[in-house]
Amino acid sequence: MPEASTTEAAFRVGLLRADGAIPEGVTDGAGRPAGRRYDVYRNNVAVALREALETGFPAVAKLIGPENFARAAGLYLRRDPPETPLMMQYGASFAAFLEQIDALRGIGYLGDVARLELAMRRSYHAADAVPFDAGRLAALEDSTLRAARLILAPSVQVVRSPWPVLSVYRYTMLPDQPKPQARAEDVLITRPEFDPAPHLLPQGGAAFIDALRRGLTFGAALTAAGADFDLPATLTLLLQQGAISDLQTA
Amino acid sequence: MFDTPSPLPPLPGVGYKPQHYSAILNDPAPVGWLEVHAENYMGDGGRPLAQLRALAERFPISVHGVGLSIGGPERLDPDHLARLTHLVGWLNPASFSEHLAWSTHDSHFLNDLLPLPYTLTTLERICDHIDEVQEALGRPMLLENPSSYLAFAESTMSETDFLREVTRRTGCGLLLDVNNVFVSSVNLGYSPQDYITAFPMDAVGEIHLAGHDEDEDDFGAPLLIDSHGREVAEPVWALLDQVLKQSGPRPLLIEWDNDVPDWPVLAAEAQRAQAALSQGALPPSPSGRLPRDIFGQKKPGGGAHA
Amino acid sequence: MSTTLKTAALVGIVAAAVSASGVQAMDQEKCYGVSLAGENDCAAGPGTTCAGTSNVDYQGNAWTLVDAGTCAEIDLPDGRMGMTAAALKDKGFEGIKRDLPEGLAEDVQAKYYDPSMMSDS
Repeated sequence: MPEASTTEAAFRVGLLRADGAIPEGVTDGAGRPAGRRYDVYRNNVAVALREALETGFPAVAKLIGPENFARAAGLYLRRDPPETPLMMQYGASFAAFLEQIDALRGIGYLGDVARLELAMRRSYHAADAVPFDAGRLAALEDSTLRAARLILAPSVQVVRSPWPVLSVYRYTMLPDQPKPQARAEDVLITRPEFDPAPHLLPQGGAAFIDALRRGLTFGAALTAAGADFDLPATLTLLLQQGAISDLQTA
Repeated sequence: MFDTPSPLPPLPGVGYKPQHYSAILNDPAPVGWLEVHAENYMGDGGRPLAQLRALAERFPISVHGVGLSIGGPERLDPDHLARLTHLVGWLNPASFSEHLAWSTHDSHFLNDLLPLPYTLTTLERICDHIDEVQEALGRPMLLENPSSYLAFAESTMSETDFLREVTRRTGCGLLLDVNNVFVSSVNLGYSPQDYITAFPMDAVGEIHLAGHDEDEDDFGAPLLIDSHGREVAEPVWALLDQVLKQSGPRPLLIEWDNDVPDWPVLAAEAQRAQAALSQGALPPSPSGRLPRDIFGQKKPGGGAHA
Repeated sequence: MSTTLKTAALVGIVAAAVSASGVQAMDQEKCYGVSLAGENDCAAGPGTTCAGTSNVDYQGNAWTLVDAGTCAEIDLPDGRMGMTAAALKDKGFEGIKRDLPEGLAEDVQAKYYDPSMMSDS
């Protein structure tokens, strides 16, 4: 494969560089140096990536305000440019990045809000699945039920947080929401048709769903969910939201 | 293994935006086909693919890639080419096109269409990449002329000579973006009419139109920005008339990506494109179809089934 | 729950959940606006106006919050706008551990209890 020329190489490296240098060998077409014409490309790259982050993390942007978000995004896009051409995937490491920014460290829940937004986006683009017939579950005897496996829809996502992450998210994104109170919240994201929606998970629900995702049986998932697990509320939520796509009995 | 798709019709099309979904289905007006950006339909499911499936039942679809980085010195990303092959295999679109540009550096995607010098070295590189794409997709592709804000001193070929040689060597067709021609000609100080006269029009399988913004360079010279954020400018419509006189009717796309308007505004632009097609062009070729060498047969010197 | 759940109870709970799930939940949360997240396009951006490359972008990790978003309205222990971990410690906070629920996965605990997170680097 032919190598890049010197000008090409400088052009490429300069796009995300801080010093603002213009590569040698680019002109205005009449022999004069390109100057700020090169900045058009540099601006395009930075703004296109920043806008992708703004679109993908609207709650984070509202929480910290546009100027702070632009600064955080400007740092992030240079440290972690996209690894694939799919902008729908950009920002997987944004939550962890936000948690390393000194200026934002006082906003302890910010990273988890970003995780929630990323999970919503992943749910949006996940593969389609038809919910299973819940009546099949009600027909099982105890031993068969405990040995059965519930298969989750690909759009199901869970975000666990020591912060009231869902309350903060709703307060930020929806009108007339109560102010978040200090508590831990686990969030279930489902996508009944095409629109992901977040739900507060009952006690033990996240561990139960995690066990199902790892392929454990219904009985083993009950054990994994712990002594305080609220099975009725969790199961009702999963069934209502069409979050289970199949039931496999031995 | 799929049926050879019908080519795009020589009618107006629009770049598809999800917010227009219902409006397009209810009132397509003069729109005879739609173009989508390949990368937005490479997820696993959900609304984007469901909408595309429904639209493809009503309209011929053109898949327009923005992420292959055909113009870059690095080898094509095999994962991305596989994703593209999967999409094209599933959808069997009327056309696939990409850009004479690069967008990936050190395996990082920069989300912009970036320029390259026109030399024998870059020519070989582009042709290798196009051969690889056409081989993977099992069909010829179209390559689009870029909009330029600067020139490379090391270039040894004109853009039109470069594109002619690419299409001769690879058998690919060309996508002529008339707004890009106008933007580049103003920015680099050449005649857009001469560019059109020199363009290998027989290879053109699709034409693009879009709006641009005005800026200026360090010396106060006008610098046009390919913003896709407003109506097509009048000089671009005038240039289109010259193109259509040379080419005859071709599939003619309105692109509008920033500050996307409500559907009636976009439909009105498509209406104007329809008028340009019917008034400005010479009668279509006897078959009413595009030249066979674009969509059917392999040219000498390599190509899709080499 | 599993250790104490009687056979009849489990089957009954599942049957009740299946029955309850037939009643559609209020669908009040459809509009979070993720529909356009992460679109690719081929348009150019802001021209030469330096919108994406102002010098502040390059000044590294440390900057002072310049404006307040909605987080200024949210008043949580340890989650106050603009308050660093060090400032919290100065005010006598022992950290966030005391408010954490039991039963968090170990990796989550490790992440939030990491002492280095409390440093004022």
